[in-house]
Amino acid sequence: MSLIHKTAAELGALVASGEVSAVEVATAHLDRIEATEPKLHAFLHVDREVTLSQAREVDSRIASGEQLGPLAGVPIAHKDIFATRDMPTTAASKILEGWRPPYDATVTARLRAAGLVILGKTNLDEFAMGSSTENSAYGVTRNPWDLSRIPGGSSGGSSAAVSGYQAPLSTGTDTGGSIRQPAAVTGIVGMKPTYGGSSRYGLIAFASSLDTPGPFARNVHDAALLHEAFSGYDPMDSTSIDAPVPSVVAAAQAGDISGMRVGIVREFAGDGYQPGVIARFNDAVKMLESLGAEIVEVSCPSFDTALPAYYLIAPSECSSNLARFDAMRYGLRVGDDGTHSAEEVMALTRAAGFGPEVKRRIMLGTYALSSGYYDAYYGQAQKVRTLIARDFEAAFGQVDVLISPTTPTTAFPIGERADDPMAMYLADLCTIPSNLAGNAAISIPCGLADEDNLPVGLQIMAPVLGDDRCYRVGAVLEKAFEARWGGPLLKEAPAL
Amino acid sequence: MSVIAFDKALERFEPVLGLETHVELGTASKMFCGCATGFGAEPNTQVCPTCLAFPGSLPVANEAAIEATIRIGLALNCSIAEWCRFARKNYFYPDMPKNYQISQYDEPLCFDGYLDVEVGGQTYRVEIERVHLEEDTGKSTHVGGATGRIHGADYSIVDYNRAGIPLVEIVTKPITGTGAMAPEVARAYGVELREIMRSLGVSDVRMDQGSMRFDVNVSLNEPGAPWGTRTETKNVNSFRSVERSVRGEIERQAFLLTSGEKIIQETRHFHEDTGTTTSGRSKEEAQDYRYFPDPDLVPIAPDPTWVATLRDTLPELPSVKRKRLQSEWSVSDHDMESMYNAGAIDLVEATIAAGAPAADARKWWMGELARRANESGTALADLPITPGDVARVSELVASGSLNDKLARAALEGILAGEGSADEVIAKRGLQIADEGELLAIIDQVLADNTDAAEKVRSGKVAAVGALVGAVMKASRGKADAGRAREIILEKLS
Amino acid sequence: MSAITRDEVAHLAKLSRLALTDDELGHFATQLDVIIGSVAKVAEIAAEDVPPSSHALPLTNVFRADEVRQSLTPQQALSGAPAVEDDRFRVPRILGEEA
Repeated sequence: MSLIHKTAAELGALVASGEVSAVEVATAHLDRIEATEPKLHAFLHVDREVTLSQAREVDSRIASGEQLGPLAGVPIAHKDIFATRDMPTTAASKILEGWRPPYDATVTARLRAAGLVILGKTNLDEFAMGSSTENSAYGVTRNPWDLSRIPGGSSGGSSAAVSGYQAPLSTGTDTGGSIRQPAAVTGIVGMKPTYGGSSRYGLIAFASSLDTPGPFARNVHDAALLHEAFSGYDPMDSTSIDAPVPSVVAAAQAGDISGMRVGIVREFAGDGYQPGVIARFNDAVKMLESLGAEIVEVSCPSFDTALPAYYLIAPSECSSNLARFDAMRYGLRVGDDGTHSAEEVMALTRAAGFGPEVKRRIMLGTYALSSGYYDAYYGQAQKVRTLIARDFEAAFGQVDVLISPTTPTTAFPIGERADDPMAMYLADLCTIPSNLAGNAAISIPCGLADEDNLPVGLQIMAPVLGDDRCYRVGAVLEKAFEARWGGPLLKEAPAL
Repeated sequence: MSVIAFDKALERFEPVLGLETHVELGTASKMFCGCATGFGAEPNTQVCPTCLAFPGSLPVANEAAIEATIRIGLALNCSIAEWCRFARKNYFYPDMPKNYQISQYDEPLCFDGYLDVEVGGQTYRVEIERVHLEEDTGKSTHVGGATGRIHGADYSIVDYNRAGIPLVEIVTKPITGTGAMAPEVARAYGVELREIMRSLGVSDVRMDQGSMRFDVNVSLNEPGAPWGTRTETKNVNSFRSVERSVRGEIERQAFLLTSGEKIIQETRHFHEDTGTTTSGRSKEEAQDYRYFPDPDLVPIAPDPTWVATLRDTLPELPSVKRKRLQSEWSVSDHDMESMYNAGAIDLVEATIAAGAPAADARKWWMGELARRANESGTALADLPITPGDVARVSELVASGSLNDKLARAALEGILAGEGSADEVIAKRGLQIADEGELLAIIDQVLADNTDAAEKVRSGKVAAVGALVGAVMKASRGKADAGRAREIILEKLS
Repeated sequence: MSAITRDEVAHLAKLSRLALTDDELGHFATQLDVIIGSVAKVAEIAAEDVPPSSHALPLTNVFRADEVRQSLTPQQALSGAPAVEDDRFRVPRILGEEA
């Protein structure tokens, strides 16, 4: 089996044992990227030399006897929303074209410290605003299962890279589902850790109270390894939790869920759910039951208002977070020809540098925070947030984890919802509550929808700091599914 | 601009004041990042991703700044919030890297306090609405155009060293009932606030460096009528200007009101050179700041035991201390007020602590040194002389080794940077003449001034002054004039 | 009745410092009207006694010690600047006054 088909754990072991070098592993993946990028466009930036020099450094660190973690020498695709000293960081926006930060994000620094080799920066919806990667200023990324379809978003470059065997691992950020939904529609594993469990320092902010970095992988155990490598307390992030990371790798190896209570959220069903998605979800429920879990139906009535609350809170925060892109200190500057004032240059630059979805959300957030509207919109949305957290609290009083489809449909065709924001927003229906409440949630593949043969994701939600439960249930289910399917769902990316 | 004389204005209108004071805290590092805060550093050398608002950077609050703000609140008799948040104040400006300022909105750290100030023997209670914490902006230099001002400039260049320095904002409630004393009360409030900041050690309160600055709100109303429309004069940077801006605004508004015009709610700018204000941004086009709780920072919930400890360890406040010192020094209200206005109290206190008698310490600081400070246009505290130096000079006078004139020469030498009191005395040879030298000089003077000597002998004692003067002249000031007088009278009796 | 008018969108664009064309204004007005009409659902929730949550988790009192850390060099600070003069960020002439 070629290097690109191996798991991250296997690659780490091969490098650690000296059977292959980090440079060989990186080269194999860089070659795969070169061969498949014309079809996928998962990356915004790849620099073979920068990557190989990282790999050489890892090889020499290993040779000098340095004890690196289990992922040393494993390549990774890094979402282009994390600051990287040695590569441009653009958030897929024209306004940051070519910007090179003079610092690394905490996640970036921890990847390097653990000996991971960064293959390049992956595509995303501009400033992580979107569910399809169509909002990138640098072109759409395609789904390796069907090149005419979206790879999910906003972390669509990262999901496509892992699903397309360009990288065994990738990073993402999840604000309303931006890791779980792309993982679901590309047939891979994607985890949103507990908010504050992974550092936001150096992550270009979309909505500060929701943004959460997390891992993508082709299996649950690899995701856990990556999760452990970059998460944990960071004094540079005030909202970071000063508590030990739950031992997610151990949880992914636990292998038993008998006696666990699993809740089905009654509100996540009905109109808008594709039949094939519901069918696979029901299979997963039966599978959990056969594995010894107790299935309980729970009601979370406030989840019905999660979507509107999210589309007030996230745009409100983004309208303020994106104010810094003003053409004064970095990034694009338009209209500085001596005839325009600073104020005009700011407005011209922002008009030219931001795409339509970003502008929509900035104006929506500005509206929601305006005097006269604040209480009815932003203030009320914050109350809904409290109600959603209470619903979760009540539910987790009854059950250990909650499950739902990750997203109501399989990957939709590119262009289908591009200028219909409300339709696009529905993709995050099931994932948003966990962002608002800050709890942990994972998406794992649970089969293909009958009507289109495209992957369906199962979302497993756990309480705040209960990240280990997501991995425990996810790994057991994954094993059972693979036994039924005769191997991983993603044996080979179909369209490549 | 047309105004009405101050006295006339006060005959018809009652002023209502409001003061917003910004104080830069003297923390080692900035409010939300680890950059240094020193004044006058090379441009953009005290900046980092956070205070430049680079994408992805995040703020972490400086505990020392929170503590200093709570201490200020306690010193101003405020309640301390049990739980409060930072809020973002959103508006675009090139000085402000994030295009929002991290501040506090409806949840200030400290609220509902007061500060008593004395003016002309009367106490005015200024109620404090709130004390909150925020961050300073960068500094723009406007290039091109004639004036260096913002208008007419071709472009600007920005240094962000100041961006993110912790700034405490102290806001009064409307101050009423001050009448014609309004300008003095405003000034006295500012001075007392500075004294408190100094005693707390939370800021260097250098008004010339902008580490303490005032926004002054003024409105007028006829007695019994509701309050009038107020104007806000921004960035008033000296106590004198606070006083002048209140006075000027009262006169300007009184003219408009008596001419039947309306006061526009607006921001005005104070000009140090003319002492007048000009119109700035009208509040009608006021910004909608869209305040909301900053999601990057978590709420502050000061531990009550921590607050209690801070309360218990507050230093003696300036007004209390002044009362104590006044009684210890046995000085009049008037003398105490003079010392206070001259900024001499701490200096006198330190000089006494260094061994000088209270009366002598006061005499030197309020006399010779005040004169010299006045001449050179510096504050007393900024003279290059220590209370220890003054105490030493005072001691030498008391022991008789210096007379007043020599003492003044010693002070002059110290101020000129010639060294400590003893070094200056040694270098300049400042030593009073001994008894033998003095007798010889007196004999010579009596021989040279027989007429005057004869007058004294014949009972015209007043004539001795001329002889003592001649002795002082002959000794080049080193004689003890009192002793010389005694000896002369003795010889001529 | 529409939730938001074209004029209001123009005002929002001004507050947000976005120089939008007339076409964009019209397009965004239509879309924002639909979105606001939909998110307005939150206003119907009876939540009078519910405290608002500004944060995902109830952390408090996260501070750093007052210690100076290494700053960037001016070269690093200015490395991405569109225009530089005398180690300062050069910006076009500023019209408005400081708030």
